[in-house]
Amino acid sequence: MTSSFPLPPNTAWPVALPDDRELLDSLHDRLVAVAGDRQLIDVGYRTVDSPIGVLLVAATDAGVVRVAFDSEGHDSVLTALAGQIGPRIMRDRKRLDVAARELDEYFTGRRRHFDLRVDLRLAHGFRRAVVAALPTIDYGTTASYAQVAAIAGSPAAVRAVGTACATNPLPVIVPCHRVVRSDGSIGAYRGGPAAKRLLLELEAG
Amino acid sequence: MSSSPPALPPFERVVTEHGAVVLRVCRALLNPTDAQDAWSETFLAAMEAYPALRPDSNVRGWLVTIAHRKAIDLHRRAARTALPMGELPERPAPAHPESDPALWAAVAALPEKQRLAVVHHHLAGLPYAEIAALTGSTPAATRRAAADGIAALRRLHSTGALS
Repeated sequence: MTSSFPLPPNTAWPVALPDDRELLDSLHDRLVAVAGDRQLIDVGYRTVDSPIGVLLVAATDAGVVRVAFDSEGHDSVLTALAGQIGPRIMRDRKRLDVAARELDEYFTGRRRHFDLRVDLRLAHGFRRAVVAALPTIDYGTTASYAQVAAIAGSPAAVRAVGTACATNPLPVIVPCHRVVRSDGSIGAYRGGPAAKRLLLELEAG
Repeated sequence: MSSSPPALPPFERVVTEHGAVVLRVCRALLNPTDAQDAWSETFLAAMEAYPALRPDSNVRGWLVTIAHRKAIDLHRRAARTALPMGELPERPAPAHPESDPALWAAVAALPEKQRLAVVHHHLAGLPYAEIAALTGSTPAATRRAAADGIAALRRLHSTGALS
């Protein structure tokens, strides 16, 4: 009944097929290409090597939505994204080609501004206002948490600015590392204080 | 971050974990070119339906079920284009000579019911009840068909045909 598998006569036996691993890789890439065209993919991601460790970079059709440090655990970040955005999450180098190239240029000192579409849907309310204000801090300069609170329109919300920076979904691309304490000390960072110091030194040239 | 309900894992993980099994099933049912098409169509259809899948589902069984249906579709399509009239000859599908060509050929040469039972149970790990639902049989008959198929393969092996 439902199972009927007659075959045309004499289908030649394949002499050699590509290795399974290779075949599965190419089937994977073809799947991602077709699914991307049909807008079936909620989030595409890849990793990018950097001086502050391997970064996970993820994007929706609207733009880059998440940058994550090694220390966050890339698998747990992807699992969280499945709940926050959607479970159709695929490794997709092509979607992140431009972002990877710009990050590479930034880390080698050849880029001062990111020219990327970003999707800020993971930052809500006041945190989103802070994240949206951060790119006004120029490359190579810093601002205090109090200054950012003022720029974001709530001068008293200094602690909330700290939280917004600590939960910035797009570190490096959205420069929360340029926000430091008023006393000049470096302050906290999602990727750890050493990474923050490295980025500030990189930008100081 | 903590307020989201337990979610399905990223689909990439589904492809990584089950891609090879689905490919083996497709190869056991189809020629190599059609097997690749069936693999692609299976995962595309699965991706479309994935957000509605219950998180506690048997994902491999779900995928093998889709692959089974896609294989039937591809057979029908091939039948329409290749041999427009009359019954197709009952011939086994050539499986990919993955590690042991003789074994694969022997699996491919099994009668259809035995072949499906062997492939779905021993290759894809589906329980007999699920295979029975797929093939319109009963769990008991499916178990028997799988046992008969394995016995036939053993016989071939002991006569040296599979070594």
